[in-house]
Amino acid sequence: MSDIINILIVGVGGQGTILASRVLSGVVQKIGLDVKVSEIHGMAQRGGSVVTQVRYGKEVASPIIPQGEADIILAFEKLEALRWLPYLKQNGSILINDQRIDPMPVIMGTADYPADAIAAIRSLHKNVIVIDGLKLAIESGNSKAVNVVLLGLLSKYLDIDKKIWLETLRETVPAKFLDANMKAFEAAQ
Amino acid sequence: MKKLLTGNEAIARGAWEAGALVCSAYPGTPSTEIIENAAKYTEMYAEWSPNEKVALEVGAGASIAGARALVAMKHVGVNVAADPLFTLAYTGVNGGLVLISADDPGMHSSQNEQDNRHFGRAAKVPVLEPSDSQESKDFTKVAFDLSENFDTPVMVRITTRVAHSQSLVNLSDRQETGLKKYEKNALKYVMIPAHARHRHIDVEARLEKLREYAETTPLNRIEWNDTKIGIITNGITYQYVKEVLKGASILKLGITFPLPRKMISEFSKRVDKLYVIEELEPFIENHIRSWGIEVHGKDVFPAIGEILPETISEKMREFSENIQLFSQQTDPPLNTPVRPPVLCPGCPHRGLFYVLNKLKVTVAGDIGCYTLGSLAPLNAIDTTICMGASIGAAIGMEKARGKDFARKLVAVIGDSTFIHSGITGLINTVYNKATTTTIILDNRTTGMTGHQDNPATGLTVKGDPIKEVDLVLLAKAVGVERVVVVDPFDLEKLENVIKNELAAEEPSVIITKRKCALIEKNKNTTPCFILEESCTGCMRCMRLGCPCIIKEGKKVRINSTQCAGCELCVSVCNSGAIGKEGLIDV
Repeated sequence: MSDIINILIVGVGGQGTILASRVLSGVVQKIGLDVKVSEIHGMAQRGGSVVTQVRYGKEVASPIIPQGEADIILAFEKLEALRWLPYLKQNGSILINDQRIDPMPVIMGTADYPADAIAAIRSLHKNVIVIDGLKLAIESGNSKAVNVVLLGLLSKYLDIDKKIWLETLRETVPAKFLDANMKAFEAAQ
Repeated sequence: MKKLLTGNEAIARGAWEAGALVCSAYPGTPSTEIIENAAKYTEMYAEWSPNEKVALEVGAGASIAGARALVAMKHVGVNVAADPLFTLAYTGVNGGLVLISADDPGMHSSQNEQDNRHFGRAAKVPVLEPSDSQESKDFTKVAFDLSENFDTPVMVRITTRVAHSQSLVNLSDRQETGLKKYEKNALKYVMIPAHARHRHIDVEARLEKLREYAETTPLNRIEWNDTKIGIITNGITYQYVKEVLKGASILKLGITFPLPRKMISEFSKRVDKLYVIEELEPFIENHIRSWGIEVHGKDVFPAIGEILPETISEKMREFSENIQLFSQQTDPPLNTPVRPPVLCPGCPHRGLFYVLNKLKVTVAGDIGCYTLGSLAPLNAIDTTICMGASIGAAIGMEKARGKDFARKLVAVIGDSTFIHSGITGLINTVYNKATTTTIILDNRTTGMTGHQDNPATGLTVKGDPIKEVDLVLLAKAVGVERVVVVDPFDLEKLENVIKNELAAEEPSVIITKRKCALIEKNKNTTPCFILEESCTGCMRCMRLGCPCIIKEGKKVRINSTQCAGCELCVSVCNSGAIGKEGLIDV
């Protein structure tokens, strides 16, 4: 099913991955493609590892992405980028927000946060992009818009007209945050 | 018009389009959003019931009174609702009655992974299994028709992947099916033995008719392809099979009880090798085997957890040429520490579990966010079984080990869970002279499922204010003399209260009352910080299991972007080494 684009959005519960997937699936719908989105709610939302799978193309059957099949991984956090790396295709791209959120075993000192996660990822894949989403979000006037910064980055790697992205963003985010979000979207472009 | 919907949203839409008038449920992942979405349609009455049994009884009453009714719950909820379900199978319906069972293969958010198709078979009600959101909507509508045409409740069984995946759905208008005529009919609706004996005959006759229906309904269909391999599949696995095994012939079952025996038998004759790919139990497979048909199923595929596209590819690799292959399964290049869910920053449950851990008491636990009190470093929970089990389990522990054991034993239960099925346990504490202490963690919401209201919060699912259950009066009314309400952020008082109530040789109830941190709007969220020169590195604050307090060398640091400013760490610090702007001079 090579005509299907597989995008994995990973992060930590509470980071805003769900809004990102909502905008992405809205964009894909606008260009008239079939789309399926899978995300697990519930217990993991309480600070656990979260993943949303977006698949689009002419016709999509399964809503989930098998290991080694993701064209793009959009990672909101470094450890999660590492955790989900086996899902990335050999020539796929991984876009990483340079943020560290310690999981409980690290907080308690019973496990170490991998110090060189990005280097390890680079040793296996050549398309590795790292940005400081929080810094870019703050510069664009809203520290909470990290997810929109990352969406802007993602849009660079998908063959979809920018106008459609902006239009979808306008429909999805609350009006009072629109200006900052528009700036945030451009920040990583 | 096509809209991207989750399976749960599509089911609510299906009920609306089918003209349903009454919807009821108790929240439970992965079913919760069904009623949340049903409540948005003004034409339908919707409610959070106190538990799944009541929800199904409300649905039953609505159906008997002539309305189409939708009742939704997670798989284990059907255990609670099993009593009305099995007899509703006898009474049948007036308006269509559809029960959604949301199963959870892989236990993303559940305490077991039971397969509720067995309930359909045991209760003798038909079971439909949609495989995406479009089918979730369509099958819900078919289920209402089936229910009325065959005079039976109908179960629609979904799984987490169907409930929580989004796919495009064609929307239609609402059919105003209205109310059916209500006539008193004791022979049908009063299940005394004399009546039920007759109804049982009707149930068996109905099942025969449903078997015939299963042979001809478009819910079951064959997609012919290469006949070397024939796959019989259901629900979400159909979507995986379609993608991974493009060459195979597929018999897709939309109705898995009763099964279309003739159709399956014909299919089996025309393919060289027959497989059943179904998650969890060999439900379809065992039926087929019992008919003397040779079939592969659980000899190839696991009966535990989800069956993923990778699993199908891997297991079928040697049997099929036209198969989508995936790269070898690998691990991440570095050791990746797990990221278990944790109690949120500012959670009112944290202080309680800190104290319980400190006092080294045995804790009979229950189902909710507070189940997370079982994880390190709080490690405060001894048992978690099912909704409402904590109080009964604590009584049993006391009866087994005696009153002295009860001096170091508590049951903990959330407000919503207490209403769901804890109250009967509390009545038993008094009735059978147990002396245990029950702690009700009243955070003013049903937290884990995403903040649903309940009878103790003062709001309905539609947001209407109502008189809330007074938990203090309720506990007193069942005969508990000792009832104390305490703020779980006042650790000193909390500890004293727990010690006092444990010491008392009579039933007691402690209500720790504080709104869930995620819904509390009036709070001071100024973050706390460590005064490095005062920190002795005693690590006492680490025992709170707060995700914002991070061990750094021999001391700790507070993650100020996540800190909710709850000041619990300020309370436990003996060295005055944790500050907060406006709280102490720095």
